Amino acid sequence: MQDEVLLQMRHIDKKFPGVLALNGVDFTLRKGEIHALMGENGAGKSTLIKVLTGVYRMDGGEITVEGEKISIHSPQDAQNNGISTVYQEITLCPNLTVAENMFIGREDGAWIKHKDYEKRADEILTRLNIPARSTQQLENCSLAVQQMVAIARAVDMKCKVLILDEPTSSLDDKEVNMLFTLMKDLKSQGVGIIFVTHFLEQVYEVSDRITVLRNGELVGEYLTEELPQVELVAKMIGKELDELMDLGETEEKEKKEAEVFYEAKALSSSDALPFDFSIRKGEVNGFTGLLGSGRSESVRAIFGADKVTGGDVKIKGKPVKITSPIDAMKNGIGYLAEDRKRDGIIAELSVRENIILALQVLNGMFKPISRSEAEAFADEYIKVLNIKTASRETPVGSLSGGNQQKVILARWLLTHPDYLILDEPTRGIDVGTKLEIQKLVLKLAEDGVSVTFISSEVEEMLRTCSRLIVMRDRHIVGELKGADLNQTKVMKTIAGGETENVEK
Amino acid sequence: MKRFKAMVMAGVLALSLVLTACGAGGSGSSGGSGGLIKVGVINNPPSESGYREANVKDMEAVFSEANGYELKTFYSLKNDEQLQAAQGFITEGVDYLLISAAETTGWDEVLTKAKEAGIKVFLFDRMIDVDESLYEAAVVSDMAKEGETAVQWLLDQKLDVYNVIHIQGAMGSDAQIGRTGALDAQFANGTMNLVVQQTATWDEAEAKKIVESVINSGADFNVIYAENDGMAKGAVAALDEAGITHGVNGKVIVMGFDCNRWALRELLAGNWNYDGQCSPFQAQIISDIIQGKTTISSKIIINEEKGFDATTLTQNDIDTYGLGE
Amino acid sequence: MSKNKKKIFSGGLGQLTIPVVAIALLVIFNLIRDPSFFGVDLAHNNDGNIVLSGNLISIINGASELAILAMGMTLVTAACGGQDISVGAAAAIAGSVFVKVLKTSPEISGGKVLLAFICACIVAMIFGSFNGTLVAIFKIQPMIATLILYTCGRSIAYWINGGATPTLSSPIITAIGSFIPGIPIPTPVLIVIAMAIVFKLLFKFTALELFTQSVGINQSAARLNGINSTFIKLLSFIILGVCVAVSGSIGVSRLGLINHETLLLDVEMDTILAVAIGGNNLGGGKFKIGGSIIGAYVIQMLTITLYAMKVSSTDVKAYKAIVIILLVVIGSPVVKEKFGKFMSKLLENRSKETVKGA
Repeated sequence: MQDEVLLQMRHIDKKFPGVLALNGVDFTLRKGEIHALMGENGAGKSTLIKVLTGVYRMDGGEITVEGEKISIHSPQDAQNNGISTVYQEITLCPNLTVAENMFIGREDGAWIKHKDYEKRADEILTRLNIPARSTQQLENCSLAVQQMVAIARAVDMKCKVLILDEPTSSLDDKEVNMLFTLMKDLKSQGVGIIFVTHFLEQVYEVSDRITVLRNGELVGEYLTEELPQVELVAKMIGKELDELMDLGETEEKEKKEAEVFYEAKALSSSDALPFDFSIRKGEVNGFTGLLGSGRSESVRAIFGADKVTGGDVKIKGKPVKITSPIDAMKNGIGYLAEDRKRDGIIAELSVRENIILALQVLNGMFKPISRSEAEAFADEYIKVLNIKTASRETPVGSLSGGNQQKVILARWLLTHPDYLILDEPTRGIDVGTKLEIQKLVLKLAEDGVSVTFISSEVEEMLRTCSRLIVMRDRHIVGELKGADLNQTKVMKTIAGGETENVEK
Repeated sequence: MKRFKAMVMAGVLALSLVLTACGAGGSGSSGGSGGLIKVGVINNPPSESGYREANVKDMEAVFSEANGYELKTFYSLKNDEQLQAAQGFITEGVDYLLISAAETTGWDEVLTKAKEAGIKVFLFDRMIDVDESLYEAAVVSDMAKEGETAVQWLLDQKLDVYNVIHIQGAMGSDAQIGRTGALDAQFANGTMNLVVQQTATWDEAEAKKIVESVINSGADFNVIYAENDGMAKGAVAALDEAGITHGVNGKVIVMGFDCNRWALRELLAGNWNYDGQCSPFQAQIISDIIQGKTTISSKIIINEEKGFDATTLTQNDIDTYGLGE
Repeated sequence: MSKNKKKIFSGGLGQLTIPVVAIALLVIFNLIRDPSFFGVDLAHNNDGNIVLSGNLISIINGASELAILAMGMTLVTAACGGQDISVGAAAAIAGSVFVKVLKTSPEISGGKVLLAFICACIVAMIFGSFNGTLVAIFKIQPMIATLILYTCGRSIAYWINGGATPTLSSPIITAIGSFIPGIPIPTPVLIVIAMAIVFKLLFKFTALELFTQSVGINQSAARLNGINSTFIKLLSFIILGVCVAVSGSIGVSRLGLINHETLLLDVEMDTILAVAIGGNNLGGGKFKIGGSIIGAYVIQMLTITLYAMKVSSTDVKAYKAIVIILLVVIGSPVVKEKFGKFMSKLLENRSKETVKGA
C-alpha cells in the first residue's frame, strides 16, 4: 500500500514581497504513511502546508491527488479534495460545545439535528479514546483535549490526507501516545499523514519517511530508519552539530557554596499546593513532570502570577512578601511565561516596545524611558540575542516563534534580574534557537543569575540544570542532582517511586 | 435613543408608582381623607421640557391640599403605562381624573370605565381620540393658533422684505407642527422668502451651526424664527460672532417660543424681538370648573396663547408668565 | 510580509491613512463644489473684536467638544476595548455643575469660573471612575457599564439645576465659549490645542501610552509584566472624565445656557465614530490620538458641508451614515488586504514590464 502515491506536489513556488518562501519544492505522500515534514522555523514548512490547504495560492508548480491534477484556491477546496488540517494553534470555537465544533461549517451536517450531532460525536470520541463529552463546552476542556477534538473533526471528515501541524506541542506523554495510536490506526486505513513537529524523538517513533526543508528549498526525502537523528538535525540546520555536542559536556554545574538567593516555605497559590523551594545564586535548576503535574503552577506561585494563598518567602535571607508580579519584579525576579502568545508578547507593539516593557514597569509610570534610550536598548538586545527582525519597529507578532521568545527574553534580561524563571522557553522553537537559549541560560548562571528552567524535553533540562525538581499530581515527588541526573532516573521518578528519590 | 432613555425612565417611574401605590392603598382603605377632593393627574414627566415642568408645577400648585384637593400624580411618556396608571386611579376611587395623554388613541376603554365608576374626566394640554361624552371638558392649546399669532405679529412689523431663517423643533412634535404651519403658509403665498428651513431638534448648538452655515454662505436674511427659546439663543450666538446686529433696532429680527424667564429678559433688554407662548397653565381653569366657579359652553376650551413684543414687555409680564427661573 | 503590503497601501501614513484621505476627499469635494468654501474672513463681532469667520472656522470651532471627547475616548477604547456611551450625559452633568457653581452668586469672576470648572472636573471624574470601576473591577463590558450613566445621566443633570435651564451672561463666559478680546481665533479651538498638548506631554512624561496599549492588546501579558491593568483602565475613564468636563464647560459657555436635554446630545456616537475614523481599533490596543482628532474634524466637516449644500438636517444623519459606512468599510481589514494585494500585483506587473523592456 505504501508505494501508492496519494499526493504529489511538484516544483512548488511561493513568493512573498521580497522573499522566496518556497523555491521549487517537491513533496510526495504515499497512501498509508506517516510522513514527517522537518525544518527549522522559516524553512517553509508552514508555507508549504498553507499552499496545500488553500490558505495561500502557489505561484508555480502543480499538485496532484491520486494522480489527478487539482487546483486549490481555498480551504474549502482542500477539504473537498480530502485534505484536512489540524493547526498548531487551535482554531476551534471555545464557546461552542465539542459536538458543535466537530460539525460546524460542514455541508453534510446542515440538516442533522443537534441530538444526532451529539450522538455521532460521542461515538467518535469514544472510538478515539478522547476524554471529552460531546455536550461539553470546548473551552472547559484541556488544551490537549481541544487538540484531539480538532483531530477527531478532521478524521470524521473522511480525509485522505491529514495534516498535523505541531499536534503534540501541548500534549503530555500519555496524550501523545494516544495520538500516535490514533495516527497508526488511521495509517492502517490508508490515510496519508503529514506530521510537522519539533520533537525529533516523536518523528522517529512514528514516522515512515522524512522530508527536510531548509530556507524554502528541498533538502531531501529519506526513509526514517535510514537517517540517524544527528544527521537529520545536521540537515535541518545545515551544519555539523559540534556545538550541540559540546553543550552536553559542560563541566560540573552545581554551585554548592553560593548563597541561597530565594527560599520559599510552604508556598501555595490558588493553583499550586504548598511546596518548599530554594535556589542559590548562579544555580540553574528545573521543574519537571508531566503536563498538569503542577510544575508551571509552582513557578507561577513564586512569581505571584496566581493568587498567592500562603507561605513564607525569603530573598537573600530576608523575609519578603510576593503576591503580585510587580512584587516579584521589584525583588529581582523575572518570569517568562509558558504560553508565549497569551502571556508573553504584546503582539501589535513593536519589538522595541516589547523589549523595554518590563523595565518601564519597574521604573514606574512617571519615569518613561526616552525614545532614544529605548532604541539603544532594543538594538543592543537584537544584536546580543541575534533576534531576526526587519527592524526594531516591526510588530513583534509578525516575528517567528523563536524570535518572539528571544524578544521576551530580552525584555527580562534588560531588567537585569537576579533570578529568572523560564517556563518552556524553547517550545515550538527551531533547533538552532533552542541551542542559543540553552547557552544563554548557562551564561547567565555563570554571571551569577539564578535560573529556574522548565521544559517538556527532559534531555534539554538535563543539559542545562544542575538540580531537577520532579513533580507529579501537583506534589514534588523528588529532587535529582549529580549522578542521578539522567534520563532513566528522571523518567522513573516521574512515573512513580515517590520516596526513594526524595533528598532532604 | 432619546426614546429608549425615556422608556427606561418611565420604567423607573412606573416602579416607584407601584411602590407608592402599595403604600397609599393601605392607608386609603382605612378611611376617607377629610373631605378633600381626590384628583388623579396623568401627565408626561416634567423632564420632558420646560413647558411640561411649568405645567406639572402649575398642577401641583393649584390642586394643593390648601385649595382642598388630594393630588395623585403619574408621569410617563408611554401610553400603555399611562393607561395602567389611569386604571389604578379608577380602582383607587379618585373623584376626578386629569389626563394629558402620550398618544391620542387607546383610551376608550379606560374612560368608559371611569364613567361607569362615576369619575369625571378632564383632558388637558392634549386631545384624545374618544367620544366627547367620555369627558367633561378638554382644556387644550391650539398650537396652530400659537404659530398664527407669532406670524401675524411678524407681518405687523411691516418689513420691506422678509428673508427668514426658520429653525424647527423636533420634526413631528405638536409644537413644531403648530409653529411651522403658519410660517409655511407665508412662504407658500410669497409674502415671505425662505432662506433656509432646518430642524435643530430643539438643540441650541445645532441651531447655532445652522445659522453659522447661512452666514458663511453669504445669503441675506433679516428674520430668525426659532421654534423655541434655546434655539433662538443659539442663533443669536452665531449672529454675535459674525457681528450681525439683532433685536430692537437691529438688522435681524429674532423670534423665539416658550417664554422662559431668561428669554423674556433678552426681550426686555432689546436683544430679541418676540417670544410666543403655548400656555402651560390649565390647572386653574379645570379647578374653577370642578368648583363650579365657571360654567362651560363647549367641551373644548382653548387656552389663551400669549405672544410678547420686546417693545411692550414689562417686568411684571416676566414675573407672571415666564417659565423657569 | 503582509506588513509590506500595508506599507505600500498606506504610503507610509499607517494608521492615519483613512482619516487623512477622508479629510482630503472632503476638502477636494468642497473646493470643486464651491471654490470659496474655505475662504476665511476677518470680521468685527458684536463685542467689537476682530475675529476670523468662514466655513473653515465653523468646522474647526464646531468640532472642538467632539475632538476633546475623542481624545479621551481613544484612551478608554485602547485600554478597555470598548467605548463609553455616557459621555454626552456626563457632559450634561458636568455642564450643569459648572453652571450651578457659577450661579451661586450673581457676579462671575475669573477665579469663580476656574472653581466652577474644577468642580465640574471633579464631578465628571467621579462619574468616570464609577464607569471605570464597573469596567475595570467588575469586568462589565464598557458599553453595558456606561449604559447606566447614559440612561440616567441627563436626569441627574436635570436634578442639579432643579430642572431649569439657567443662563449665564458674563464676558468671561463669552470669552471661553466664543472669542477672547484681541484674539481672532475661537477660544474652543485654543482649548483643543491646549488639550492636545496636554495629552502629548502626558505621553511624553509618563509611560501611559505603552501601558495602555499593553493592557489593551494583551491584558494577561501586561499583568505578568507587572502592569496593574485595573488601574490603567480606571485611569483611562478618569482622564475621559476630564475631557468630558472640558467639553461640557465649553458647550455651556458657547451659548451661556445649560440645557441638560440637548447639551452635546448624541455626541457619544460621533465620538466613537471619530475614534473609528481615526483608524483606531475599537477592540482596543494600539491607538493614535491624532487620528481621533482628525476623525472629529472629518465628522464636523461632513456636517457643515451638508448644511452648506442645504441638505435638510433631518437627512444629514442619513448622509453622514452613508459616508461613515464607506469610511469604515474602506478601513476594514478585508478591504485593506484586498487593496494591498491589488497594489502589490500592480507593482509586480510593472516591474515585470520594466524587466521585459530592459
